[in-house]
Amino acid sequence: MTARSVETTSGPDPTESREISAPRGADPVKLGIGIVGMVAVAWLVGNLFLAFAYYPEWFANSKILIGALALVAGVGGAYLFFLFLNMAVEGLPERMSEKATPYAYLFPGFGAIALMLLYPTIQTINYSFANADSTEYVGLQNYQDIFGSQEFRDSILNNVLWLLIVPAVTVAIGVVVAVLADKLTPQGEKIAKSVIFAPMAISFVGASAIWLLVYAFDTTGLLNAIWAAFGGDPVAWLNTSTARLNSILMMVILIWLQVGFAMILLSSAIKGVPEDTIEAARIDGATELQIFWQVVIPQIKGTIITVFITVLILVLKVFDIVYVLTNGNFKSNVIANLFFNRLFADDQAGQAAAIVVILLIAVLPVLWYQVRHFREEEAGR
Amino acid sequence: MSTTSANVTTATVEKKPSRRRRMSDGRPRSIFAIVVMVLLCLLWTMPTLGLLVTSFRTREDAASTGWWSALLNPITANWTTANYSGVFEGQDMGTGFINSLVVAIPATVIPIMFAAFAAYAFSFMDFRGKDLLFVSIVAVMVVPIQVAFAPMLDILGPRGLGISGQYISVWLLHTGFGMPLAIYTIRNYMATLPRTVIESAKIDGATHFQTFWKLIVPMSVPVIAAFAILQFLWVWNDLLIAKLFLNSGNATVIVQLQQLLGTQGQGAELLTAGAFVSMVLPMAVFFALQRYFVRGLTSGAVKG
Repeated sequence: MTARSVETTSGPDPTESREISAPRGADPVKLGIGIVGMVAVAWLVGNLFLAFAYYPEWFANSKILIGALALVAGVGGAYLFFLFLNMAVEGLPERMSEKATPYAYLFPGFGAIALMLLYPTIQTINYSFANADSTEYVGLQNYQDIFGSQEFRDSILNNVLWLLIVPAVTVAIGVVVAVLADKLTPQGEKIAKSVIFAPMAISFVGASAIWLLVYAFDTTGLLNAIWAAFGGDPVAWLNTSTARLNSILMMVILIWLQVGFAMILLSSAIKGVPEDTIEAARIDGATELQIFWQVVIPQIKGTIITVFITVLILVLKVFDIVYVLTNGNFKSNVIANLFFNRLFADDQAGQAAAIVVILLIAVLPVLWYQVRHFREEEAGR
Repeated sequence: MSTTSANVTTATVEKKPSRRRRMSDGRPRSIFAIVVMVLLCLLWTMPTLGLLVTSFRTREDAASTGWWSALLNPITANWTTANYSGVFEGQDMGTGFINSLVVAIPATVIPIMFAAFAAYAFSFMDFRGKDLLFVSIVAVMVVPIQVAFAPMLDILGPRGLGISGQYISVWLLHTGFGMPLAIYTIRNYMATLPRTVIESAKIDGATHFQTFWKLIVPMSVPVIAAFAILQFLWVWNDLLIAKLFLNSGNATVIVQLQQLLGTQGQGAELLTAGAFVSMVLPMAVFFALQRYFVRGLTSGAVKG
């Protein structure tokens, strides 16, 4: 594989040239073709994609044709763009070329992030100080309004409950399932893991539809059937805000969706625990429970934290389940749903932006932790 | 009574391994594990089973009795496929299905192209600001996508380019939102590849562009496959972006399902069939490619 790729190489060898000949100079032709090519590809692909939107009749109004063309143009265009980008960079004098290549490779990816995540973040912070249709600055008015509203305080409380319950329960069930599945036969383990993992493929909306049949307010609901078996009358579960029952029932849906993910990561960590550490504990007379708590858990702590943080980030932004099941009524609102309603139902762009800023502040500790954790991991690599 | 409960607790059983039955590979059989796992598996499948059964019941039946009663008396129950035909004819979910495909496939493939190049630079090149730039990727992964809605509606909507409502706006947004995780995951995998391979290719005179395509991309197939599955599931199952940035003619199955969820009375029976239609493809993809997905997930995350 390497031998053939070498023969097709053009241009001087970068490592040898430094010792034998003088550094390669600029190649204006290559540079020129590269730049022109990049611009042309970007222009063509950009216009093609705009044409999909503006003139669908050019493509016989066919969704499939547009999708297929987009795929070909997207992948082919990206390939050609990088090809010309590479050519342009190689056309630079060698010293500059070596310095510019990494930035050239990063540019498209970072461009997308800058356009769709960084710029909007700054703009949202900006909007949070402006009025309902973002035409005039109003200072801290939006923040005063949202902190003054009972609904916002309820949402914060609910979000805190979601954050306290969902990640912890998900990790706990994930550990239990991973440990117990490890004790089954290989065949049994495979089937059990597939079953628990399967909900991961289901959308939040689909999961809500599934659990609506469990939580149905009349006797056709599974939960009411069980409740009736204990002598209870049918309850409209999702309307019951006593002890935040409806919120907790919606948390069950998210836990049901996420345990599989937790289990897969934890299971692979548990299988990585060296057998001799467990054997040594066993010889010392430790019970299975002692081995689990004092030998296995400390060795998979890193994975437990990774899973916990991943679920935590997901929970912070929980929206779909609440939106489709209660839309935040019956005291079950959460921040992401409140934001959605402020922005689109109430046309309060300023308050909506302020809510997102609060959400951003809420993720800052997680962000800080993530970065620190990453640095530790890199140091140990 | 006391003997049965003693058999069920692991701790008691583990003390006398000699008297227990063993599995074919010599490990002791754990009754406790079997019982709990069977119960959990039942608990995990029950809700989905209910949806599947209900989707084949008539509206009158579904409104009067629970789905389990149809399963217990399968002969007297009224089975029907009318919900499925209703979903395709009345709700036009066939179009929604195509929309979902047209949205999801380019939105899965395009970000991977961009991310792989960036990941290559982070893994095999040294440059100023590398550390800072990568840390910024780690940080941006946590930023909630809600920040983007109002500003991006300005750029893509009638006040800007006027392409909001079309597929392209959703492709664009998913490319941007998927990018940090894509770069992070692919880079973490590439960092485990032996650097000597790159060095020897360099000595043989290969440029970075050639090394990337001929060596690194083929070696990174497992992680690319894993991320592709994750991104496909995420785009297919997404409600927020599809709801906000697609017009009704381009609505995905998930948006259609969300609209069905608001239906009461007439048409409510279509919900279960619609939910099942929206789940079929991601489920199939997931089960067919589960092996790659699990391998990619665990290789990226379980290291430290």
